[in-house]
Amino acid sequence: MTTTIIWTIGILAGLGLLLSLVLFFVAKKFKVEEDPRIDEVEKVMPGANCGGCGFAGCRAFADAAVKAPNLDGNFCPVGGNDVMKKVAAILGYEIKEKAPMVAVVRCNGTCENRPRTNVWDGVQSCRVKASLYSGDTGCSFGCLGCGDCVAACQFGAITMNPETGLPEVDESKCSACGACAKACPKGVIELRNKGPRGMRVYVSCINKDKGAVARKACKAACIGCGKCAKVCTHEAITVENNVAYIDFTKCKLCKKCVLECPTGAIHAVNFPAPKPKTETVSPAPAPKPAPAAAPAPAAQAAPAPETKKEA
Amino acid sequence: MSNSKVTFRIGGVHPNDSKLARNCAIEVLPLPQTVYISMAQHLGAPAKPVVAVGDQVKVGQVIAEPGGFISAFVHSSVSGTVKSIAPRKDIAGNMVPHIEIAVEGDEWAEGIDLSDTLVTAIPSDRAAVLEKIKACGVVGLGGATFPTHVKLNPAPGSKAECLILNGAECEPYLTSDFRILLERTKEIVVGAAIMQMVLGGCRCVIGIEEIKPEAIEAMTAAVAELGYKDIEVLSLKKRYPQGGEKQLIDAVMRRQVKSGGLPISVGAVVQNVATSLAVYEAVQKNKPLITNTMTITGDCLPVERQHNYLFRIGMPLSYIAEYAGGIPEAAAKLISGGPMMGRAIANLDATTVKGSSSILYLSEAATKRKPESACIRCGRCADACPMGLEPFLLNRLYKAGDIEGLEAGSAQDCIACGCCLYSCPANIPLLDNVNQAKGQVMGVIRARAAAAKAAAEAAKAAENK
Amino acid sequence: MDKYLVSPNPHIHAAVSTQSLMRDVIIALLPAVLVSILFYGWSEILVLAVSVASCVLLEYAITRWMLKTPSTIGDLSAVVTGLLLAMNLPSTTPWWVVLVGAIVAIGVAKMTFGGIGQNVFNPAITARVFLLISFPTYMTDWTIPQGFIHANDAVSGATLLGMVSEGGLGSIADVSYLRTLFLNIGGSAGEISAIALLIGFAYLVIRRVIKPWITLSIFATVIVISGIFCLADPSQFTDPVFNLLTGGIILGACFMATDYVTSPMSDLGGVIYGIGIGVIVMMIRYFGSYPEGMSFAILLMNMTVPLLNNWFHSKKFGRA
Repeated sequence: MTTTIIWTIGILAGLGLLLSLVLFFVAKKFKVEEDPRIDEVEKVMPGANCGGCGFAGCRAFADAAVKAPNLDGNFCPVGGNDVMKKVAAILGYEIKEKAPMVAVVRCNGTCENRPRTNVWDGVQSCRVKASLYSGDTGCSFGCLGCGDCVAACQFGAITMNPETGLPEVDESKCSACGACAKACPKGVIELRNKGPRGMRVYVSCINKDKGAVARKACKAACIGCGKCAKVCTHEAITVENNVAYIDFTKCKLCKKCVLECPTGAIHAVNFPAPKPKTETVSPAPAPKPAPAAAPAPAAQAAPAPETKKEA
Repeated sequence: MSNSKVTFRIGGVHPNDSKLARNCAIEVLPLPQTVYISMAQHLGAPAKPVVAVGDQVKVGQVIAEPGGFISAFVHSSVSGTVKSIAPRKDIAGNMVPHIEIAVEGDEWAEGIDLSDTLVTAIPSDRAAVLEKIKACGVVGLGGATFPTHVKLNPAPGSKAECLILNGAECEPYLTSDFRILLERTKEIVVGAAIMQMVLGGCRCVIGIEEIKPEAIEAMTAAVAELGYKDIEVLSLKKRYPQGGEKQLIDAVMRRQVKSGGLPISVGAVVQNVATSLAVYEAVQKNKPLITNTMTITGDCLPVERQHNYLFRIGMPLSYIAEYAGGIPEAAAKLISGGPMMGRAIANLDATTVKGSSSILYLSEAATKRKPESACIRCGRCADACPMGLEPFLLNRLYKAGDIEGLEAGSAQDCIACGCCLYSCPANIPLLDNVNQAKGQVMGVIRARAAAAKAAAEAAKAAENK
Repeated sequence: MDKYLVSPNPHIHAAVSTQSLMRDVIIALLPAVLVSILFYGWSEILVLAVSVASCVLLEYAITRWMLKTPSTIGDLSAVVTGLLLAMNLPSTTPWWVVLVGAIVAIGVAKMTFGGIGQNVFNPAITARVFLLISFPTYMTDWTIPQGFIHANDAVSGATLLGMVSEGGLGSIADVSYLRTLFLNIGGSAGEISAIALLIGFAYLVIRRVIKPWITLSIFATVIVISGIFCLADPSQFTDPVFNLLTGGIILGACFMATDYVTSPMSDLGGVIYGIGIGVIVMMIRYFGSYPEGMSFAILLMNMTVPLLNNWFHSKKFGRA
């Protein structure tokens, strides 16, 4: 009996020793040499593996960043400047700071503004819907409302508002990775400069139909009238294909266009509520953006974001 | 006629045939005040308008020319004045260039034979016949609207052994092919003989589903009477998708077209019976393709309001629906085409095109999708798939974003027949997703082919240096 | 109606749903259920009632209160599981053992994997095996209760296979096969009548609810293997007909092995799965310590299903 136990223990121990030796030598022989900085860079990355940088994940980004001669082409939109500074410190590269961005849904097509003409009965997928037809409404450019962007967001920053039927971006959660913009088959979502204290002005419509057609489909459509472009003193607004676009690198947040727009298609968000009528309308916002203009040059220096022109 | 009923070998379903309008003779629709003729009525590049606003046009006059190799002429279906050339919404609500013509009288262009006389002599000049088919804007009317002159002119080196005339009309409800098989029998046979000649004298099989014995009888009699060589009528089993091109070739010739291959690779050319009629009219009567037959039907439409109409292209669907007595109260979905493969009409102001085959009104009970539940792995979708695919697997791979897996699972072979979703007990939107998967895989395959071509060219250029 | 529906094709649907398929399975089980009630009486009614009710209530409770998802009892799959579980137990099983079985079937084997369509193992079989191992006395207590029809010549005390296992072939020398085919008193409730089960199987095949390949390949394998052994040594091994008609082979092959979720999707995969079950069940019977073995065979082959699904696919068009 005892000998059996001794033998069992002996054989098992011997086997374990032998196999561990084999493992040791195999690990030695097939060791992959890797730049240790890749690990270091990966450690400072956000670790969301969202792919917003254009690489398969944070490790792939770290690998690319280490191998690249500089950091110009590589930027982690999620970590933003803070993370990139750390990466630069590890690698000894210079970085160009980028203004923080945010995803913006450019559609005013709420259930109220844009009456439904059909009822979708297929799978809840914007991609399927877009490949089949132009949408449930008279507008063939706007949001399809099936929530592909919500599904694409890894940060839980987008939710569908059941009342409006439109997606809403939670600015505090949005990391500007661009996954939603890629997922939207209509190109409704754009990454725009977040703006000082979140203040920004944008045209919340991309309808390229002629004014009358667009207006018929949606009460709050951009009709391409061009009034905003005329009133803009910074040449930030262009009207092409019957739709206005505000270049956020040029916009000085004066909000003149917002007041001029006949359909309310231009939105200004996160501006402080207008003070009680002590001042007249036009000078009121002007002093405000003036100090805010300070970070703007930084924005201008940044390379133009990818979604600048989608026409 | 052969007595043995044939069918394809893989998959298929048996929907109720619901041919409610089968006894309705074809009626001619009166002209509306305005027609809007689409420039994208065929597979391939849209046609380019050759008329200007204010021009006077006659019926059958060319108003747009092909925009590429795979494209087709478009002719005016009415006489009158061109009012505008502008984008207009098609049945899916997408903007497509249309030519708007205000109807004035009904004056036909010269050289078009409007008589009923049957011309049975088959011309022998192959090139001239092909040219005529092209000039008359004939496209396949079985659904894909592929330009017929391209299909009848196979690449050098491939030889057509069998011309298959598709009279299966396996879609439930649709009866337009059935009606022309009864009413335009001889013209269809002559059209077949013309295409036979163009293809170099191959045999011709006219396939008709067994549930249309009148059509089989009439066709058999007409073939015997006209006495052309090598034309036979074949009875097909009732089974969907019997009229699918690959399935029909399998049923008739017992040959399977390889994945990504064309029918001609197994020696087959398939044409719809309505296309055969269009070929007859183009070649023998010099009449361009500006009319076709459509069925007004549906489960919620009373029998006395079911119709088969001869329409002209460019008629607004709303006009036709109005003429036929309005949209029935119980209609929940309007469909252009059959209930299995047709397209839902999102915009009734859209107009008829060459390939229009129906306005189908389905009630909510018949068409509304039921809530999706969990897959119970019964395998009914795989049993139903006529391409032998496994939709449950493709659906899962699509959701996982596994494009390689989708290609290995042959998502690109999907013919979008709808058998999978039709037979799924859990109402999983299989086809919606598989169709997307097919698009993704096709994109990858095309990119790979383009890259291979570029690499080959680069290698060649390097060699030449 | 002024807003019309829009969706991709197809626009019509076959008259088939998960519920209709499960309803067909319940109908197919009815003959066997009726026969077992007739011959086992009130105790069998109790087992059936406890099993079905607890399966349905458990699934409702788990979906609504634990998972907070819509209830799935409407698809009737819980009823099928309950019926099959009852058919797999002796009619004398105490109600609380049945309840434990239902908890294992629905709670462990089905819902922990994510509910219908997700489970790896057949819930009813899992529960039966659990009970067989945990409560062997109850599960092999084959006392015959008084039924509505009294069968005098019943063999009591053990199943036929159990008797062979204990006392060798001699102990069943006087059993007629004809009786086994129509009325096999003793054993699990569902084994009572091979004919009633086969009628249900035929109904399922004719209604195209299931395909016959899995069942037929199990039968064929059992016949071939026991045939070979029986020819080699008839004094030691039972013969094919006896093996086919006893020990739940028919119940298992017709209703348990053909469960959609836990059987392969392709026909070829199904045949291999069936052969596997046949081989394992005969090995257990001839060489193992359990006399019956069908439940173990099905459970073991359940595990190979993902692999079989991966290896065998349907034949694609134009890809010879």
